[in-house]
Amino acid sequence: MTDVSAVGAPIDGSGFGDTQARKLWRTVARRFVRHRAALAGLVLLVLLLVFAFLGPLVWTEGLEPGGDGKLPPGVAHPFGTDRIGRDMLASVISGTRYSLQIAIVVALVATALGVVLGALAGYLRGWVDQAVSRLVDLVLCIPALVVTAVLARNSFTVLPGQQSGSNWLTVALILALTVAWLPITRTIRGMVLSLREKEFVEAARASGASTSRVVFRHILPNTIDVIIVNATITIAQAVLLESALSFIGLGVKRPDASLGLIINENKNELVTLPWLFWFPFVFIVAISLSVNFIGDGLRDAFDPRQKRVRA
Amino acid sequence: MFRFIIRRLLIAIPLLIAASFLSFALTTAMGDPLGEWKLQRPRTEGEIAAQYEKIGYDKPVVERYVDWAGGFVTGDWKTTVTPGNGTVDVRKEIGRAFWVTARLVIGAEIIAVLLGMVIGVIGAVRQYSLFDYLATGIAFVMFSMPLFCIAVLLKFGGIELNDWLESLGFGRWIITAGPPAGGFTGGFFEQIYAYSGAYILPTLCLVAIQFALYSRFQRASMLETLNADYVRTARAKGLGSARVIFRHAYRNALIPIVTVFALNFGLILGGAITTETVFGWRGMGLLIVDAITKKEPWMVQGAMMVTAVFIVAFTLVADVLYARLDPRIRFD
Repeated sequence: MTDVSAVGAPIDGSGFGDTQARKLWRTVARRFVRHRAALAGLVLLVLLLVFAFLGPLVWTEGLEPGGDGKLPPGVAHPFGTDRIGRDMLASVISGTRYSLQIAIVVALVATALGVVLGALAGYLRGWVDQAVSRLVDLVLCIPALVVTAVLARNSFTVLPGQQSGSNWLTVALILALTVAWLPITRTIRGMVLSLREKEFVEAARASGASTSRVVFRHILPNTIDVIIVNATITIAQAVLLESALSFIGLGVKRPDASLGLIINENKNELVTLPWLFWFPFVFIVAISLSVNFIGDGLRDAFDPRQKRVRA
Repeated sequence: MFRFIIRRLLIAIPLLIAASFLSFALTTAMGDPLGEWKLQRPRTEGEIAAQYEKIGYDKPVVERYVDWAGGFVTGDWKTTVTPGNGTVDVRKEIGRAFWVTARLVIGAEIIAVLLGMVIGVIGAVRQYSLFDYLATGIAFVMFSMPLFCIAVLLKFGGIELNDWLESLGFGRWIITAGPPAGGFTGGFFEQIYAYSGAYILPTLCLVAIQFALYSRFQRASMLETLNADYVRTARAKGLGSARVIFRHAYRNALIPIVTVFALNFGLILGGAITTETVFGWRGMGLLIVDAITKKEPWMVQGAMMVTAVFIVAFTLVADVLYARLDPRIRFD
């Protein structure tokens, strides 16, 4: 996996690299588009993003309880209403938005942290590597859901700039900083350990490039495929982890309602009011399925050894 | 080999000590265990001070840790702290909960890994066949499905099945309230009936999610060995395809799956949180969630440490198995 570029040569910080990098991206895009499941996943994800972020502009029904409760799906309420008369379409739109927001924040923060820590550990080695690796081992000793649940138990602390009572950002940061950074850190560390011995890195060092230049311009661009694929997988896992956390009642709280929380609130109504379960359920599965397909397609598109494009 | 195990054990000890610091920091971060008790009604200063002293929270954090750690290694894991819930002994409670979880997950994990191995191998040998696409598709959907949704769906499927059985004149077979109580009473078939009714849904739920993982691993490792040079050599020698697949390819493809199984097994002994929550199995997972919700510091602390011990122990098992199975690995 260290050999990344579709043309086989490592990407470096020199002028040649720019055209090679462009070529790489074009190749990747072409291979990705040929992967039908991945393309379908991308379309689905875009639709979900539009639904979640532009939906409230079209569907202006509020989230306040009131009106008739327990209405089955109909013209006035396409997804029906819940026990206390909240419109389910509005609930699902906002739930999808919270789930996506949390997942994206988790992926961004965890990837940034993991790449920096992994690169430092792999490049500097010595005590930095020891410290980072032991920290990863340590956090892995306690199950992700427990660590996050313990911290989220007190997550009503309002961060500056957050609406009062809103804790989705806190939950997202807890997920990112406790568990989501571990796999990416390990992977990047391993790759950097081997890349730092390559000739082009030696050449860059010999020509007087600083440590940060060597790491950021010469080494990390060669891990870009792994970073992107990992970030995609992190999104899918964050959606599932967050919904599990909210399902056991230790994740986001009202007024922030993620899809997991909505399912938790309605889990006993599956037989009597099935639409309260099925709509949020379908949307969770749609998010993680689309992101997983995109990740799978990207992995194949980046892999120069992959000849046959699946699905 | 012996020295290898000893060395790994010596690494595990500081790791567990560090894990105890981390879990202690986490439980401290949960906040004041008496917070809600104090809000219930006005309490006098003296009452509050006495209660803090009783649970050991009048001492500074470091002293509290030393106190707890000393007790933990000598077998005194302390009790629950919230007044009014009764005093529950942490070690006894965790022992009880662990047994519940173990009964559930051991069977489920074994079924899942066997199923995953069979499906993974067939998928690799018949790559890009209809079976392979179907298995890949199912595994993909399972990966994208929140476990608790599978659990909730199964539970309601069980209720429907019960209603249907009842309408046919049978009893309600499926039980979603934990393992059957009362030990072994009644005849042989009654036993089977009671146990299968209680175990079937949570087992199905765990198998559904875990077999997807194992089958993906098995397929990937099997594909790798099938394309290896020594397998081509074996074919070129003229060996039958069954012999090539099982003796040459499969034995080597077993190595990664054994490691993954050991790691996963250690993790899941710490509790299958969502499955236990939905099916009312009062095991480790439900115990942890319950203790976190009630802010029971010693219960959370004890449960986290037990989980950490299992994870570290099974990581060690995975390393040893890996070294045993792969002769290229040197022990020193």
